[in-house]
Amino acid sequence: MAQKLVVIGAGMASGRMLENLFEQAPDAFEVTLFGAEPRGNYNRIMLSPVLAGEKTYEQIVTHDADWYSANGVDCRFGETVTKIDREKKVVTTVKGETSYDKLVVATGSAPFMIPVAGRDLPGVRAFRDLDDVEAMVIAAAKPEAKAVVIGGGLLGLEAAAALRLRGMEVVVLHLMGHLMERQLDPTAGYLLQKELEGRGIKIHCKAQTKAILGNEHVEAVLLEDGTVYPADLVVMAVGIRPETRIATDAGLHVERGIIVDDSMISSDPDIIAIGECVEHANVCYGLVAPLYDMAKVATKTLLGEQAAFLPEETPTKLKVTGVDLYSLGDFAEGEDREEIVLRDAMAGIYKRIILKDNRIIGTVLFGETADGAWFNDLKKKATDISEMRDTLIFGQAFQGGTSADPLAAVAALADDAEICGCNGVCKGKITGAITAKGLTSLDDVRAHTKASASCGTCTPLVEKLMVLTLGDSYNPAATQPICSCTTLGHDEVRRLIKAKGLKTIPAVMQELEWKTSCGCAKCRPALNYYLVADWPDEYADDYQSRFINERVHANIQKDGTYSVVPRMWGGVTSAKELRAIADVVDKFEIPTVKVTGGQRIDMLGIRKEDLPAVWADLGKAGFVSGHAYAKGLRTVKTCVGTDWCRFGTQDSTGLGIRIEKFMWGSWTPAKVKMAVSGCPRNCAEATCKDVGVICVDSGYEIHFAGAAGLDIKGTEVLGLVKTEDEALEVIVALVQMYREQARYLERIYKWAKRIGPDEIKRQVLEDVVRRREYFDRFVFSQKFAQVDPWSERVSGKDKHEFQPMATVPFQQAAE
Amino acid sequence: MAWFEIGSIDDIPLRGARCVATPQGRIGVFRTADDQVYAIEDHCPHKGGPLSQGIVHGASVTCPLHNWVFSLETGQAQGADEGAVRTIPVRLMEGRISLGLGVAQIAAE
Repeated sequence: MAQKLVVIGAGMASGRMLENLFEQAPDAFEVTLFGAEPRGNYNRIMLSPVLAGEKTYEQIVTHDADWYSANGVDCRFGETVTKIDREKKVVTTVKGETSYDKLVVATGSAPFMIPVAGRDLPGVRAFRDLDDVEAMVIAAAKPEAKAVVIGGGLLGLEAAAALRLRGMEVVVLHLMGHLMERQLDPTAGYLLQKELEGRGIKIHCKAQTKAILGNEHVEAVLLEDGTVYPADLVVMAVGIRPETRIATDAGLHVERGIIVDDSMISSDPDIIAIGECVEHANVCYGLVAPLYDMAKVATKTLLGEQAAFLPEETPTKLKVTGVDLYSLGDFAEGEDREEIVLRDAMAGIYKRIILKDNRIIGTVLFGETADGAWFNDLKKKATDISEMRDTLIFGQAFQGGTSADPLAAVAALADDAEICGCNGVCKGKITGAITAKGLTSLDDVRAHTKASASCGTCTPLVEKLMVLTLGDSYNPAATQPICSCTTLGHDEVRRLIKAKGLKTIPAVMQELEWKTSCGCAKCRPALNYYLVADWPDEYADDYQSRFINERVHANIQKDGTYSVVPRMWGGVTSAKELRAIADVVDKFEIPTVKVTGGQRIDMLGIRKEDLPAVWADLGKAGFVSGHAYAKGLRTVKTCVGTDWCRFGTQDSTGLGIRIEKFMWGSWTPAKVKMAVSGCPRNCAEATCKDVGVICVDSGYEIHFAGAAGLDIKGTEVLGLVKTEDEALEVIVALVQMYREQARYLERIYKWAKRIGPDEIKRQVLEDVVRRREYFDRFVFSQKFAQVDPWSERVSGKDKHEFQPMATVPFQQAAE
Repeated sequence: MAWFEIGSIDDIPLRGARCVATPQGRIGVFRTADDQVYAIEDHCPHKGGPLSQGIVHGASVTCPLHNWVFSLETGQAQGADEGAVRTIPVRLMEGRISLGLGVAQIAAE
């Protein structure tokens, strides 16, 4: 006689198990199937195409009424099982009890709803079943409807893309720094974001939801940072958790999920559990492939055969039409691991293979995923790839070998991309002139197009264009790459950041085909500076790409303590300020106080944990950060000028203070030190500074490009101006030109030597229109830069930098 | 060896580090771009620099004092420099980080 089998949950796992069961032993069991949804089994992973309108519900039904009746299944859809009585071996619903010999629990998972105010408002949905999809389709039908999707993982992005296809305005809020961070590395996350933004979806990463707003119905979503996104529909797709309540109530062993052994048997030998509700060997599963494997094992167990569930890693793919994405296995970096990276900026392709002992352990593919299955196969078989290592990344079909093309990034530029910023020359004009006029040398190109004829920083790019146009007959001078992560030099990278509008570090690394996945300590600070300088309003400073001094706004010393130098404008101080410093020194027992070469006071030997408290006290006395740690404006040294000195010709102290107050806070390629002397006796030593002013009776003589460090060099004279206003404008323009053109860590004197003092003079002194443009760009960037970093940190910014994460005490440790 | 829970992975910035004070001195706990967590002694063998304050790139860190680079996995200095720092076992479970501190190390005073 057939045994009685009761199944709780009519989803994909139990559906597959029943299929297997009826195939292998059609008469072994009398089956009763309970399901919470008022319908039978459908292909839940195809809900995204249904939401997008690319498929209908009927197309994704797996088992229809005929199938159930043909197999004699007693279907009890819409009837929720409320209790399992293991003693009596019955399950209870509102309609009464049903007895079983064997019970299969396949209750799946429930969407995790983040616990914020307003989450119960009408219009807030999960993305889990057909009811959710129907509600979303109705919401999308309203003209100009807006949707906010919380969660930038697989499910959230599929929902977002589908809702966008239905014409909604869609915003995706994602807590982490890049999309799908569990499956993708930052580069692939960047490419995915770019692709989705191209479809009109707004992506907001690092978004912490504070509340869902609305009275009768959802109206908006509020973030912790104060941003408000209006919404007619909110889709919560932040994760799932195993639905285990009924199993817990029945006294089964439940941790995160229902605990099962290798044969899918729970802690009760007559109860089997499969699907998303189970936990096997500390792992819960959410993708369909392992669930199907569980179904296969459960079938055998029910039939009394031996079987064991062997978990296998499943590749992730995004079901958004037109997005090719593939992620498999372990893509973390590590000492014993090697990686092969292929980037093709023009085609938007990124491929990364992670190797350990010459075997593939992980793969991330974006833009071209055809070889995913092949890589997966090599990984599964643990094939030794050393033979085909050089060509592995090109895929299975690839035969023979070519090396990566260093010209690809330049070739990919559009004809209207600006190559030479000084003279406004675009790529098309240069390549056109080379062909039309038969130009063969760099000088010819400069003569005919003016490209690279001014400051010369775009020379390597112009030369690459010549190679592209003329072929191997042109042999450019070699450029020194920034570091071993790239073949490009600083100048090329700077120009390409502007020409291609690259605004994040992952964007630069992808579009310029970086050879490593996240750069190194050489290139990251450089890129961070270039992006801060070029996109002051749009770029979000990456603190993790700054050296420790700029991260904690103090100078690290040899013993790991810090020194602190507050700003003393123009080197002028007062009794009140000195008293405040004395109090701070006493209070924090600061071991050394020293007068610096830049006319201010340095407090040395401060413990990192004390920094915010030191700054708070200094802040109360009116001090702000002196940026003594920064690649930025340091000091403006002055003499007392006409205020006191019998030789003084101008108010040198006043001008110095004015310059310092105007320019503090700006980031520069390397440190910038200035000085203003009130007469040619030059007591402020202005003629060995990055920028100096010597006041004379007839006005202000502006100097630049001095050095008094590793190299000693007197300044060059830029020129004489008549008024203080004019002096300020010229100095600001000079520094802005330097900010826009110099290489990271290159002081003004080295930059000036490269560009030529005459060219600089022409641009910031003689050409008054250009001078004004430089000045205006500096003023614009100061809007975002002139924030006192100390007071920000006193108010709690970057708290984690100043406190140990934890302290392991002696007592606890002794146990 | 005993495990001590020190906090959540979210307490450490991505591509960043925090330090933990223990009876034998400070330990740097690092989080890489792909959410791997490593712990090493927070003391560069060259001149004692606090490695937890360096720039994290890949599974390596660059010392803030003189730019020595260490593998976070093995503790070995990279490139031409020779030396190593002690690595400390790390356990990451559901976002919580624990350090494995040896009894011998703990008793050493």
